[in-house]
Amino acid sequence: MRKYHAPVWNEPIIMEMGHKGERGIAIPFIEEDIQKSTKDAKFYIPNKMIRKSPPNIPEISQPHILRHYLRLSQQTLGMALNIDLGMGTCTMKHSPLINEELVKSPYFAEIHPLQDENTTQGILEIIYKFNRYICEISGMDEFTFQPGGGALGIFTNACLIRKYHEMNNDLPERNEIITTLFSHPADAACPATAGFKIITLYPNSETGLPDIEALKAAVSKHTAGLMITNPEDTGIFNPMIDEFVKIIHEAGGLCAYDQANSNALFGITRAKEAGFDMCHFNIHKAFSSPHGCMGPACGAVGVRKELTEFLPVPIVTFDGSKYHLDNDRPNSIGKMREFMGNIETILRAYSWIMSMGPDGLRTVAETSIININYLIKKLTKIRGVTLAYPKQNIRLDQARFSLKELKDETSVGTDDVARRIVDFGVQEYFTSHHPWIVQEPFLPEPCETYSKEDIDYWAEIIRYTCEEARTNPETVKTAPHNQTIKKINTKALNDPNQWALTWRAYIKKKGKSKQEHLSP
Amino acid sequence: MTKKIEHTHPYIPNSVLEVRQEMLRDIGFENIQEILNTIPKKLRLNRSLNLPDPLPSEFDLKKHVSEILSKNKSCTEYLNFLGAGCWQHHVPAVVDEIAHRSEFVTAYAGNTYSDLGKWQTFFEFQSMMGELLEMDAVSLPTFDWGTAASFAIRMASRMNIKKEVLIPKIISPGRLSIIKNFCNTGSLSGNIDIKLIDYDPETGLIDLQDLENKLSSNTSSVYIENPSYLGTIESQGDEIARLTHNNGAELIVGIDPISLGLLTPPINYGGDIVCGEIQPLGIHMNYGGGVGGFIATRDEPRYIAEYPTHLVSITDTIDGGFGFGYCTHDRTLYAVREEGKDFTGTTVGLWTIAAAVYMALLGPNGIKEIGHTIIKRSHYAEKILSEINGIETLFSPYFFKEFVVNFDSSGKTVNDVNKFLLDHKIFGGKEIVKDFPELGQSSLYCVTEIHNQEDITRLAETLNQAIK
Repeated sequence: MRKYHAPVWNEPIIMEMGHKGERGIAIPFIEEDIQKSTKDAKFYIPNKMIRKSPPNIPEISQPHILRHYLRLSQQTLGMALNIDLGMGTCTMKHSPLINEELVKSPYFAEIHPLQDENTTQGILEIIYKFNRYICEISGMDEFTFQPGGGALGIFTNACLIRKYHEMNNDLPERNEIITTLFSHPADAACPATAGFKIITLYPNSETGLPDIEALKAAVSKHTAGLMITNPEDTGIFNPMIDEFVKIIHEAGGLCAYDQANSNALFGITRAKEAGFDMCHFNIHKAFSSPHGCMGPACGAVGVRKELTEFLPVPIVTFDGSKYHLDNDRPNSIGKMREFMGNIETILRAYSWIMSMGPDGLRTVAETSIININYLIKKLTKIRGVTLAYPKQNIRLDQARFSLKELKDETSVGTDDVARRIVDFGVQEYFTSHHPWIVQEPFLPEPCETYSKEDIDYWAEIIRYTCEEARTNPETVKTAPHNQTIKKINTKALNDPNQWALTWRAYIKKKGKSKQEHLSP
Repeated sequence: MTKKIEHTHPYIPNSVLEVRQEMLRDIGFENIQEILNTIPKKLRLNRSLNLPDPLPSEFDLKKHVSEILSKNKSCTEYLNFLGAGCWQHHVPAVVDEIAHRSEFVTAYAGNTYSDLGKWQTFFEFQSMMGELLEMDAVSLPTFDWGTAASFAIRMASRMNIKKEVLIPKIISPGRLSIIKNFCNTGSLSGNIDIKLIDYDPETGLIDLQDLENKLSSNTSSVYIENPSYLGTIESQGDEIARLTHNNGAELIVGIDPISLGLLTPPINYGGDIVCGEIQPLGIHMNYGGGVGGFIATRDEPRYIAEYPTHLVSITDTIDGGFGFGYCTHDRTLYAVREEGKDFTGTTVGLWTIAAAVYMALLGPNGIKEIGHTIIKRSHYAEKILSEINGIETLFSPYFFKEFVVNFDSSGKTVNDVNKFLLDHKIFGGKEIVKDFPELGQSSLYCVTEIHNQEDITRLAETLNQAIK
């Protein structure tokens, strides 16, 4: 096992740093002419609207701010630094640095979204071409990149379904969305936000797959649509997915394919062949745009031809020589996010696809499949670890395991193990979304970024920790030990008298900060 | 090297053929096809993807993409006066350095132990925003101002179980469209009716009479913006708050945080929920990809319970240090699926970090000074443009950063003017003719700390020629 300890800088909260009078940056001065020919700023602000006292943010010089945030960055275990294969559903893959260079270019970073389209032909070309590529990857006919994250993509699909039934005068009768328990929770929460009632199909305890008979019983004249992930958050591919779609279509609903777990599908299977009307991809996952500490992201939404009229505006079109922004789409649902979305993710994804090509994408998918099944082989040899739904002998991109046996034997559970493995220099794993019908779960996803040795090492960490749970359970339960900080008090997070979302609230609740003054 | 990449790719260690074979054997398969056969044939794509040949060489790739990007004209070579929800400000080099650190760029959902730095920076964002807003509860940002406003309206509606929101007509049409998608569920459950409030054509202020007429016991919330979409500063906040609260409704105020060195935060005139856009705080425009929306309230459980977004709380460690975690995580979709408050997910973490660094750099003096520079320069620009024959500026004297320029008396359309400006390497203001037909041939100009006197003079001179 690698000897590891995370950086410990003991950085104070920035609110306690600095010294009165210090500053981090100087602001452009106002020219004498402008100073003279304008009035005092107060003249331009209604009296009641003038700020009376300056905000209580700290005064800190530039080197100390740089030092502080560099230290905080060091205390952040980004994917680039570690074998980050524990985060199932997240596809923690390599984000090529060349793509970071491209998004830094002033030809992208310093473009205003409302510029005349003649001055944005470059980025429009990239959006348009990437749209064609992702249409080919999914079999859909047109995409929007406006949704700024996977959940907003799913919400967009819910709005499209709502619009479709509204246009058919089928609302409010069609007010139910069917989803499955192992689909992402956003497939339930987002259509609920759009006003739908949610019906959740539970998995068959043998196969892990949603029960087709339950689906048949759930559909009715109220069915507006199906929103389903495949493979679900178990890595198991639903081979009857086209049957599911058919049942919903026969009932008069639309089907949205949540392709957040698409990393093992490139060039192998598509939304179109399964009969779906719409789908969404997370560009910040399978398409290599970095996760950025939770965004900026993109939930790219694609639809088949009949539904393109409803997509958000604008859509980028091409007349053979020039690219245009088409805003004239009367049946569009309008805007899901301001401007065009997080196009930096599309620029990176375009570049990534151009690096991979069709064969490269196929290699991504195949490697994901080989890697997860190899990891399963390794992990299932470990005492205390079981694979959920073991009769399914193949997983595509991820797999849900259970530590129930370990917990029964040692009282060390999955939260403890997640907190312990970070002591070995790898990011924690994702347990699973709730509810935990697979008890004490964890859900790794060793995508194509990880080598055989990486996977061997990660499996060894799990083996070591399970063994430790037997020989020295307290070490696991009180973990972490080699990380930046020790175990936290989680009770305070749900107690109104203790939680503090800002420093000002913390001071009010706790009195003066306990922290001793540290030398810089 | 031939063009076709056989099996190895620099991004994929296990694309080495021998390793793949060995791993396949380990899992009991001869070849990948045996595994793929578990997917029914009718669902499989029976051909190769029809995509361009790859450019596996980094040099070729960079050349290819850079050549396409160079067809863009950037705001570093053109003089830009577009704002309207995405504004050109200076991004300090320290912000760029931190926001491009691999640690931050590639981190995701790790907990406080392995990602302490991320969590602390998030808490520092919330803390500094809290000071700018004088509010104790600030959430992690959501996708943009439009979704932040939408969530705020839905929070208010859940709190008082009323189903109507009043919104000023003087709002970005894009933002209003987002709000409609979130609030107008049609005949499905949870619909919140949107009613628009008039504005005074002289001042751009909310028409109080119209507000009073439309307020009723059905009103859940009143949403206003300050400064408004067209740059005007609303002076009647306290009166709007009084009317709103008298009707048992919540006052939601949308703001641009870079104005808060000069403008009083909404809590001081009765704002209950405050939201707005973080892009001005050190985030590049990125063709609109730089936006992010925040939400803030008082630290009262009834508000906290209704946030859909993540809330980072500071807490103690067992050895007396600091740690962080999500406050009341059980209200989110992650815990309770469709029973959660709306939804959240991957939003704008990296921009949250950038905004934290930016606020720290500015400090209390910098935020005031940048406000001064912006208000002085934008008013200087307004003054010298209004002196041009054929140009009128609307809604003065109270505005911040943006103002409306009208070309009616010149006989020119905004389109004509902007074409002329473009030929002179200037991006003129955002045309608002279709969105605000009552304002004639008007456009919205944005002047910030990046526009110096020379830039403003160049704009005035070019406009002078444009309307001749």
